[in-house]
Amino acid sequence: MNTTSETKYDFDALLRARGVELPPVAIETLQINVTKLCNQACRHCHVDSSPARTEKMSREGIDRCIELLAKHPGLKNIDITGGAPELHPDFDYLVERAVALGKHVMVRHNLTVQLDPHPQTGESKEYLPEFFARHRCEVISSLPYYQEYFTDAQRGNGVFQKSIEAMRRLNSLGYGVEGTGLIFNLVYNPVGPYLPASQASLEADYKRELKQKFGLTFNNLYTITNMPINRFKLHLEKSEQYTSYMDKLLAAFNPTAASGVMCRSLISVDHDGAIYDCDFNQMLGMHVDDHGHPATIFDTDLDQLLQRRIRFDSHCLGCTAGAGSSCGGTTS
Amino acid sequence: MSSYYEPKDLEKFGGIGKHAKPLADEFFKYYGMVTGADGALTKREKALIALAISHSEKCPYCIDAYTTACLEAGANPDQMMEAVHVAAVMKAGITLVHSVQMQNHLQKMVL
Repeated sequence: MNTTSETKYDFDALLRARGVELPPVAIETLQINVTKLCNQACRHCHVDSSPARTEKMSREGIDRCIELLAKHPGLKNIDITGGAPELHPDFDYLVERAVALGKHVMVRHNLTVQLDPHPQTGESKEYLPEFFARHRCEVISSLPYYQEYFTDAQRGNGVFQKSIEAMRRLNSLGYGVEGTGLIFNLVYNPVGPYLPASQASLEADYKRELKQKFGLTFNNLYTITNMPINRFKLHLEKSEQYTSYMDKLLAAFNPTAASGVMCRSLISVDHDGAIYDCDFNQMLGMHVDDHGHPATIFDTDLDQLLQRRIRFDSHCLGCTAGAGSSCGGTTS
Repeated sequence: MSSYYEPKDLEKFGGIGKHAKPLADEFFKYYGMVTGADGALTKREKALIALAISHSEKCPYCIDAYTTACLEAGANPDQMMEAVHVAAVMKAGITLVHSVQMQNHLQKMVL
């Protein structure tokens, strides 16, 4: 079902017209948005996260996620996101339990949370690099550009310099250093209404510039397209660029990129335990349906979800434009 | 306010084939081949060259289009501004190098 009246950007109709079908193929990753609280308030954030947000998953919800991970061997990965997920009081507990179950743990780590005090408790999070290394988490961090101008424009004044310091601390423990097995990936996204450049060419630029200027290393760069929802959509509308951005995404629709969209192999869980096809659908309240009710981690049979119909809407054009976009970068 | 350069008119560029269509088709094919992919020059290098020419030729449509194209090719504002400076010094140099002609003629005019 389409939740908007924007027939021009009707994603389901586009798929039908192009003869593209996108059923789920697996449920390999449990992506959990544990809190909307963040020490930053980035201008493009699709979660509308900020230091003022209070939503967080209950301990019961965390325990249920751990139970599901234990019960479903096919759930190989846990992708912990937010907000800044490390600000959740049970973050360490969740990571420790998931690692004990042999799961691959990915943390969407915004870098500055290492250095900023907890917005609510004032607690220091400087232990995080060592904690990540001890549990061999994969660390995935946003850095919109290898220069200060774009980075601070999007993520706030001073974020670039703090991010560089945080990366230095991760590198010093072996993160992003060849041969250690400690994976440190960076995420690029455009700072405005335009599509990302080629992932390979940007990765080469990032590696060269960060090494030369700061002596820093990382593993892979993921390019992600800005989704036309929430805070970014508001910016597009205010600056009268919404239509031109949507037209750009539509014109760049790529069926090959569409076939690799992440919603086909993961499910996304919100702080209340409701299940969605992806983090973007989560932010739009487009829950997965379970016999007329919102699917949840508490009462939905995950195995049945492979039979579900993924819910699409106009924002999905963001994941299928150009080389495609997902939490793991390009999809084609 | 009415203007000869309306940003939305850029969207009509593709419609120039309404008349003399085969010529427009050939032009757009050529345009796409030159700018649309990496060749001996990368797409980014070509976008930066185009941005510089957009300024020297004073085309508002092209400045908007190639500012976006440069960003989508991964260029940064330092590189983009440096490209515009290349256009600027070429303009200045072209003006100044003509002074050689002035000097030549001056020599003829002075006893």
